Amino acid sequence: MTFSPELEARFEKFLAKYPADRKRSAMIPMLIYAQDEVGSMTDELIGEVAKRVGASPLNVNEVLTYYSMLHRKPLGKYHVQICTNISCLLVGGEELWNRACKKLGIGHKEVTADGRVSLEEVECMGACSWAPAVQVNYDFYHDVTMAQLEKLIDGLTAGKKPEEITEVQRVNP
Amino acid sequence: MLYNQPNPLEVRILTKRFGLPNSESIDTYLANDGYKAFEKALGMSPDEIINEVKASGLRGRGGAGFPTGMKWSFVPKQSSKPKYIMVNADESEPGTCKDRLLIEYDPHQLIEGILIAGLAVGAQQGYVYIRGEYRYLIDIVDRAIDEAYARGYLGDNILGRGIKFHLATHSGAGAYECGEESALLESFEGKRGNPRIRPPFPAVAGAYQSPTVLNNVETFCAVPPIILQGGAYFAGLGTPKNGGTRLFCLSGHINKPGVYELPMGFNLMRMINEVGGGMRNGRKLKAVIPGGSSCPVLKADECDLAMDFDTLAAAKSMLGSGGVVVMDEDTCMVKAALRIMRFYAHESCGWCIPCREGTAWLRKLLTRFHEGMGTRNDIVLIGDLAKNMLGRTFCPLGDAAALPTISIVEKWEEEFVAHLNGEPCPYDKSSRLVAA
Repeated sequence: MTFSPELEARFEKFLAKYPADRKRSAMIPMLIYAQDEVGSMTDELIGEVAKRVGASPLNVNEVLTYYSMLHRKPLGKYHVQICTNISCLLVGGEELWNRACKKLGIGHKEVTADGRVSLEEVECMGACSWAPAVQVNYDFYHDVTMAQLEKLIDGLTAGKKPEEITEVQRVNP
Repeated sequence: MLYNQPNPLEVRILTKRFGLPNSESIDTYLANDGYKAFEKALGMSPDEIINEVKASGLRGRGGAGFPTGMKWSFVPKQSSKPKYIMVNADESEPGTCKDRLLIEYDPHQLIEGILIAGLAVGAQQGYVYIRGEYRYLIDIVDRAIDEAYARGYLGDNILGRGIKFHLATHSGAGAYECGEESALLESFEGKRGNPRIRPPFPAVAGAYQSPTVLNNVETFCAVPPIILQGGAYFAGLGTPKNGGTRLFCLSGHINKPGVYELPMGFNLMRMINEVGGGMRNGRKLKAVIPGGSSCPVLKADECDLAMDFDTLAAAKSMLGSGGVVVMDEDTCMVKAALRIMRFYAHESCGWCIPCREGTAWLRKLLTRFHEGMGTRNDIVLIGDLAKNMLGRTFCPLGDAAALPTISIVEKWEEEFVAHLNGEPCPYDKSSRLVAA
């Protein structure tokens, strides 16, 4: 299996971080960065990472099913994650979640028909003091209002990139 | 740009560089006392460093509050295996968002704390385990590590002093449980994050079964100020046996939610009213989670207390991770209990049966209850189930799920009773969203 030169360079760095006889430590970081490029945990990807860290594909499968960010099915190009945990719940996270589901016509861990947007109701993402919070892929949105959520979803479904939706500010661009 | 305005009541020790231009760069750090503590520590013996940390009264900021200096002293001086420094940046306790800021605004303070810990225990390798969702922070720490290597603060011959220390980041992939120390170590080794039985503790058998110092981000960040200004100074900022300041994350129904650095022992009501700007929309206070969702919930009339580990323990709750979640009179406590339980049921790794089964059944019972289909017996059953989880698991997640539930059932039984008539939830009123 071939990866981009950037990812290969990253893998090389990852493998150099750990003691020579402890390459397996690189497994989870490799999986998550590879998933970003490949889209999901394909059998081919699992086999490749297993080979590189000196584990069996079964070992990798056993590990990846534990972690909520690693998934066997592809998500949307833009994965919209809405927190409804306690701090977000108290200030409307659940209302945002319900609206997003209705607007997109999809539910938890589902993808729109065109593959552009997927939704996930997530647990605490560490933005409690700026709740309610939303993440699109790895970008945070804080103090999200209903109007902002609507603009964000409208923009994404219309084919815009998150950075092009200027009405809604990402906090870590 | 800071996410919230500082408050004049803050005592900014760990956050003193927050808001400076390019505060994440090594140049800003060096221009503002950066790496001076490390240079001072180079002239100290390991025991002197550990004694200074002991004198500071610093206790683990991840939640358990174990004295940091003592933890470090458990690392064997002689070891045939390499020793490791492990940073827990898997911040995921609901209500907690402080480590994010410490890394985002001042990653070199963290690196300096790690370096000093390395000197104290004789470790030459460190890792920062960062939750996968914090990808941009991994990039920030990676850049800071590169800067530190380039300036000679990391490498095989640090500052030409013949000292060796290497540091790298490590990405998680989504799991609350991996914030628990032994599960973190398993995950670090490329396995499922199931907890380990202890003893042995990580100080003796941690990463790769080698002696390991494992602390929270904020704990490491407190070390440079302690070394630079002295343990006694840091201790004097807080209350007895609860040294220093800590970052409190205020969230929920208050006017000025935010992360504020306040002295240990700061009064909780003052925190809500004077730092947090009081209750939103003039509503009355009903409940406070004092330190992340794992803590027993306090009633409004229990909140006039000093926020330190011992006072909270005496009030049968916990100071925890610093996540102060404030709830007003319109909050449905059954729903709060349910949402918290849904979280633990989702995050239970399934290793220990009392936790795996207990959280799943409590989630089902609380869901049924909140939908108005509970019975009077269920109120007793919820309390009993939760109590039967206590102390029966490898790691504290079981207790963390049970404790808030027990406190809510005991303190707000009338709200459970009010859900018995099959009517829609009587507490959960209008929209909670703040108008834009």
